[in-house]
Amino acid sequence: MMEFLAMDGYAKYVWGAFGISAILIVATVWLSKRNLAATRQRVLRRIQAMEGKQ
Amino acid sequence: MWNWFHKLASPPHFYRIAALLEPWLLWPALGLLLLGAYGGLVLAPPDYLQGEGFRIIYVHVPSAFLSMFAYVLMAAASAIGLIWRMKLAYCVAAATAPIGAVFTFLALATGAIWGQPMWGTWWAWDPRLTSELILFFLFLGYIFLREALRDRSQADRASAILAIVGVVNIPIIHYSVEWWTSIHQGPSIAKMDTPSIAGDMLWPLLVMIGAYQLLFFAILLTGVRAQVLEREKNARWVNDLLVKGVTGESVG
Repeated sequence: MMEFLAMDGYAKYVWGAFGISAILIVATVWLSKRNLAATRQRVLRRIQAMEGKQ
Repeated sequence: MWNWFHKLASPPHFYRIAALLEPWLLWPALGLLLLGAYGGLVLAPPDYLQGEGFRIIYVHVPSAFLSMFAYVLMAAASAIGLIWRMKLAYCVAAATAPIGAVFTFLALATGAIWGQPMWGTWWAWDPRLTSELILFFLFLGYIFLREALRDRSQADRASAILAIVGVVNIPIIHYSVEWWTSIHQGPSIAKMDTPSIAGDMLWPLLVMIGAYQLLFFAILLTGVRAQVLEREKNARWVNDLLVKGVTGESVG
C-alpha cells in the first residue's frame, strides 16, 4: 500500500494533479448547482415582489 | 428533424429536458471517473520512460481535450446566436465559458505538475503551453466582456464576436507540436489507427475522457438552466414554474 502511495517517488506530483482535479471538479459541480438555486430564488423573489405591487 | 430542433430551442422545453437529463449525465460521469481513476492509478502499468509519473495524463489529457472542445462549442453556439438570433444559443455560450475556463486552468495546472519532474521546469514558453494559456485568457476575456456590458444584447453580440475570432487558436493548440519545435510530446491517441500508447494504458484514458465529457454536459445543463431562468424571468412559464411548480411548454 505504501509503495502504491509513494508512486515510485512521484507521489507529490501524481496525487497533487489528481487532488487539484478532484477539488476543482467537485467545486465546479457544487457552484453550478448553487448558482442555479440562487437564480431560482432571485427570480422567485422578483415575481413575488411584482405580484405584491399589483 | 428541424421541428425537433425548433422545439428544443424553446426555453421552457429546453429547461424541462435539461432538468431531466442532468442526473443521467452526472451520475454515470462520476461512476466513469472512479473507474477511469482506478484503471489509471492501479491497473495501468508504469511507463518505461516516465515511470509512475506518467499517470498524470489521466487527468491532464481529458482536461486539455475538454478545454478545446468547450471553446469550439462556445464559438459554435455564439455563431448560431449571431446568425439565427437564438437566445438559447447565447445561453449555451455564456454557460460554457466558466466551465471551459476551469478545465483550461486544470490542463495548465496538471501540465505544470507533470512538467516539473519530466522537463525540470513548471513552465516553459513552449508553443503548446503558450497557446493553451491564450485559450485560458480567451475564456476569461469572454466572461469579463459579458460582465462589463450592461446591455444584454450588446454583451451577447460582442462576446460572440470574441468567441468566433478566438477559435483560430484551436488549430494552433492542436498542431503546435507539429508546426514548431516543442518540448511537449506529440499526439498519442489522436492517431487512432496506430496510437502510440499501449492498450492497458489507453482504455483508462478513454474512460476518463468520456467521464469528463459527460461531466461537462451535466454542469453545462445546470448553467444553461440558470441562464434561461435569468433571461426569461418575465415569461409566464417561469412564473408558473417557480410559483406554481408547473413546467409549462408554451412560451409566455
